[in-house]
Amino acid sequence: MLRNLQVYSTLTQPFRDPWGFLKERSRNPELWINLVVIGGAVLFLLSKGTGFAITVGTVFAIWAILAVSLNLVVGFTGLMSVAHIGFFGVGAYSMAILTSDPLYEQLRSETIPTFALPFFAALPVSMVMAGLVAVAMGSILNRFRDDIFVLVSFGFAIISFNVFLNWRELTRGAFGIHAIARPAIGGWEADGKLEFLLVALVFLGIVMLITWFIVSSSFGRVLTAIREDEQAIQVYGYRAAHYKMAVWVLSAMLAGLAGGLFASWTSFIDPNSFILLESILMVAIVILGGLATIWGSLLGALVFVLLEEGMRFVPFIPTEHIGQGRQIVLGILLVLLMLFRPQGLVGRYKL
Amino acid sequence: MSAQGQAGLLRRLKQKLTGSHDGGNGSALESAEGNAAPKGQGRLLELTNVSVHYGAVIALDNASVGMDKGEIVAVMGPNGAGKSTVLKAIMGLAPVVGGEVYWRQKPLHEETHKIVDLGISFVPQGRRVFIHLTIEENLEMGCLYLRDRAEKRRRLDAVMELFPILYEKRKDMASQMSGGQQQMLAFGRGLMADPEVLLLDEPTLGLAPRVVKEVFGKITEINDTLKTSIFVVEHNIKGALDIVDRAYVLDKGKVVHDGTPESVRATDILTQVFLGKISEKPVASGSESE
Repeated sequence: MLRNLQVYSTLTQPFRDPWGFLKERSRNPELWINLVVIGGAVLFLLSKGTGFAITVGTVFAIWAILAVSLNLVVGFTGLMSVAHIGFFGVGAYSMAILTSDPLYEQLRSETIPTFALPFFAALPVSMVMAGLVAVAMGSILNRFRDDIFVLVSFGFAIISFNVFLNWRELTRGAFGIHAIARPAIGGWEADGKLEFLLVALVFLGIVMLITWFIVSSSFGRVLTAIREDEQAIQVYGYRAAHYKMAVWVLSAMLAGLAGGLFASWTSFIDPNSFILLESILMVAIVILGGLATIWGSLLGALVFVLLEEGMRFVPFIPTEHIGQGRQIVLGILLVLLMLFRPQGLVGRYKL
Repeated sequence: MSAQGQAGLLRRLKQKLTGSHDGGNGSALESAEGNAAPKGQGRLLELTNVSVHYGAVIALDNASVGMDKGEIVAVMGPNGAGKSTVLKAIMGLAPVVGGEVYWRQKPLHEETHKIVDLGISFVPQGRRVFIHLTIEENLEMGCLYLRDRAEKRRRLDAVMELFPILYEKRKDMASQMSGGQQQMLAFGRGLMADPEVLLLDEPTLGLAPRVVKEVFGKITEINDTLKTSIFVVEHNIKGALDIVDRAYVLDKGKVVHDGTPESVRATDILTQVFLGKISEKPVASGSESE
């Protein structure tokens, strides 16, 4: 009871006594980082209008789901994987194939199987497909550790891209898949941008809740222990490989969910959205935000999306160089971060 | 964990609380419950002619080591003698190419993560506590598989009673503890599994001399109060010889001496292995000097 009261009082302090709260925390860099990132985002979006803000918000929600799910593996369990884009892609392609409009298909010479399922029927299938691929991939990846693990996951990311590009009977290769369904329940359809943003934010909330439950359970504590000392945890009677597999598959399913959302949002996908670079950007977001913190992944995704969308408003960069410019800025940001704040924006653990 | 094992810890706790530390009473109780091996008929834990090869490197060469219930046994020797490999062979962490490890006279072929259920708990070298978890969480890692919350609570209390420092700092991160305190935490985490045998790998490594004394004191205390058999690998000869019932001396993967601490002290076997004289000729009887 007393402890609950204390938690309550720390939670309400900023509202009861904002000035004192700020004074107390003004030496805490995390508060400033939060203020700067969120304040910057709000100001930037306000200046650009609602339509733009909604688009940025949706992109943010999808990246945030990806970052939170990847943080489960990279941050909480300590398995540095760059194969996550594969699960994102499997989720997206499952959604595309299952919900793509058959009428559109008839216009094409090369046909692929179509099912015309609604969004909410296809989404669980997307997650399960990503999970199944993760089981197959994980059973191989589980044999490796540290550097080799990264290299093998690297290989998987490249393989998955080539499968999307070359399995034309299923993915129509570089032509991509069109007319992917929007979320709809009963008579309501999230066809507008605002409605889709709401759906994406609800899913982000669900993913954050699931992740929070996982990491604060005893299962999550074993994951932390695996990150710190895998051999020691085995000696105390845990089959580390099983735990690693479980979190790997779970994380892949959440990435599949993000993929399904992404496919539905853009309503068109092609293999170019699932290149290795995207996977590395994902890892960069997780490290930027901070390992093993859900909030950090959100902040990291926010910074990344603002960079990505905000660069186009920088006046002196020619339009054709914006794409590369983003990567340069993100690269510099990562270098600075590793130099001055190796634990990430709000994290506690160093890489 | 078997019901027997839980009953075992409770009984030992009761013994401890009532202050009846004499072995006679304890063994009478044990034989009445019938979960103790009769004395003299084989050993609790035994390695017979075990060889371990890491590629071309021979870490253990036909080594035979054993312990009885309730004993403190030490394995000592210079760097690279294969001391830690003995423990790794028991825990299934080393590639055993020959010989056999016996647990209660039965061959031990379990995978590493199952061995703790048999009653063997391993405290690894260099402590290896989880520095980003609190003391209490660290201890709970020692028996997380245990579903019985009350039993978990009882074990926590028992361990914290044995190590008061862990109770004081139970909400602190393990990274905030000193080396000696972390060693106590590692002991405590090992004891949370309610083991019959505690395997300690170099428990005094990198600790200050005063703390080393404290650690050896705790080892004796664990052995006295919980009746846990202890198998300790040590490089600190002087301290270890004072507390053990039996000592093995290893050199270059071979057991060169086996006997009571007095027999080790009586010969110059340790001088020989530590100064490298013994390596010049194969050892038949280690107790003879050149």
